[in-house]
Amino acid sequence: MRPLLAVDDLAVEFPTDDGVVRAVDGVSLRVGRGEILGVVGESGSGKSVTAMSVLGLVRPPGRVTRGSVRFDGEELLTLPARRLRRIRGGRIAMIFQDPMTALNPVVPVGVQIAEAVRLHQPRLGRAAVRARVLELLASVGVADPARRYGRHPHEYSGGMLQRAMIAMAVANRPDLLIADEPTTALDVTVQAQVLGLLDTARRETGAAAVLITHDLGVVAELADRVAVMYAGRVVEHGDVHQVFTTPRHPYTRGLLAGRPAPATAPGDLTPIQGSPPDLLAPPPGCAFEPRCALGAGRTVCRTSRPERVAAAGGHVSACHLREEPV
Amino acid sequence: MLSYLLRRLLTGAAVFLLISVGVFLLVRAAPGDPVLMMVDPEQLAAGGPAFLAAKRAELGLDQPLPVTYGIWLRDALGGDLGYSFVSRRPVAEVLGERMGPTVLLMGTALAIGLVLAVAAGTVAATRRNTAIDYATTVASLGTVSVPSFFLGIATIYLFSLKLGWTPSSGMSTPGGGGAADVSAHLVLPAAVLGLSIAGPFTRYVRAGLLAELGADYVRTAEAKGAGPARVLVRHALRNALVPLVTVVMISVPQLLAGAVALEQVFSWPGMGQLAVSSVGMLDYPVVIGFAMFVALLVLVCNLAADLLYAAADPRISLS
Repeated sequence: MRPLLAVDDLAVEFPTDDGVVRAVDGVSLRVGRGEILGVVGESGSGKSVTAMSVLGLVRPPGRVTRGSVRFDGEELLTLPARRLRRIRGGRIAMIFQDPMTALNPVVPVGVQIAEAVRLHQPRLGRAAVRARVLELLASVGVADPARRYGRHPHEYSGGMLQRAMIAMAVANRPDLLIADEPTTALDVTVQAQVLGLLDTARRETGAAAVLITHDLGVVAELADRVAVMYAGRVVEHGDVHQVFTTPRHPYTRGLLAGRPAPATAPGDLTPIQGSPPDLLAPPPGCAFEPRCALGAGRTVCRTSRPERVAAAGGHVSACHLREEPV
Repeated sequence: MLSYLLRRLLTGAAVFLLISVGVFLLVRAAPGDPVLMMVDPEQLAAGGPAFLAAKRAELGLDQPLPVTYGIWLRDALGGDLGYSFVSRRPVAEVLGERMGPTVLLMGTALAIGLVLAVAAGTVAATRRNTAIDYATTVASLGTVSVPSFFLGIATIYLFSLKLGWTPSSGMSTPGGGGAADVSAHLVLPAAVLGLSIAGPFTRYVRAGLLAELGADYVRTAEAKGAGPARVLVRHALRNALVPLVTVVMISVPQLLAGAVALEQVFSWPGMGQLAVSSVGMLDYPVVIGFAMFVALLVLVCNLAADLLYAAADPRISLS
């Protein structure tokens, strides 16, 4: 069956004064209908840029230099602006990291949600749009929607604002939701609530989701499949259960080993040594090689880029040493 | 909000009072004797010092300064700004009839300046680092650098003398005075004055819009499916214009200063022209009345800047 979203060999570059940064370098992803794909990786691994590229939201001077993004069989990268706008907020909706800055500070929250409704259902009357917004706000647990409709973003709490963002995202019953670290900017106490709400809203509309996060626990709980990104590439991609129980890339293993377990004492965490590579001058071989304990400076790791290889069940990994025991 | 307003009005009144003392002292410290400027030399020759003293007493200039100030303040609080030495008419009346033309000139100039600035600033910000962006930078620098009186004379030379498109001076043709006639007289001075403020406004619009276009909420609007025009006008520009409200209000007194100069160049029958001729004639009451009007304008504009800023940005609350 044709996947809902198919990203193939995507590359995005940002020219800077010091040279070209290849933020995304050959990323391929698949998201099926109704499925949740978790995308994990540290800051700067290209998660957000990949998500932005799907809707053509990468800002100049950044640009997509290669690859393809097909949504329901339609190529989005070459789609005329007018048709892409019908998909943005219509069939694909996005939820951003920081709701405090992602909403217009001088426009009432209700009006901003109404804008999303009106842009895609232009024939809806004024009263109907308002009723729909109130219904949406109520559905995401915003108390007293009629009163909150005219309030500005600064009069909402962070959690409430992210709820409003979710309401805005599901306003037109999208087929795909892209959530870019939707809880990172929120209080720990409301993170779980908002995630639960996001999942409920998604379930109700039957949408698939790309959930970008660096919280592996969130992925384990919500996602069906997971893609692990490192230095602009997907290093491992597969069923969540499979990837978490039998990780085939040393970076994934490092991430999993670095998670705090309930019994872990402070200071007992196992970090991945070193820091991510400079994307202006990435290593010629495997980008993870300088930090990799398994490779330990082997020539093949230092000189050649590992290809992605699929094993049983579509479990893909990009490591020269995938067959070696840990 | 109400207590804020009250506090601002009270401090404003105190500042106003202080300014009045300063203005009074400065005006009276100006060299020259108004009595000598207004009396008929023949009468002076016939009447001698006694005639001069009588004249002085008639105008109240024989009183000590604190007394004159006290009388002026008492009358001014009752709305009486005294009488012009020159025309013998009430100062409030003289200033009042000159206010209309000046407000017309300033208002038109402000409208022209704002329209130019928003248009040019928007074009510059959305076409950043292109030839048209550089052109607006050069143009706005140019309008700031060229004194408006010079630009006024230059435009009179070009449009009135060489091309004959517009009248060169005054507010209406004798016997005319219809809207079309006044507009024809208005267009040059208002355009020159408008240009002089458009430069800095353009820079503000451009800088503000560039900052807003990079904001997260702009990307949210794009992600919703809003088109470029909608994103620009409804979201980015709406935010970029918030600080401009303050800038505009604070520029109004500067605009008046520009109007004073241009009214000379274009013989525009406004307050500026009156003020300059009154200074020349040492017509103290009119000069003081005009100076106090300017002070009031500055205070009102500052207050309006803060109130409008709060109205334009829901995050700001006055307290």
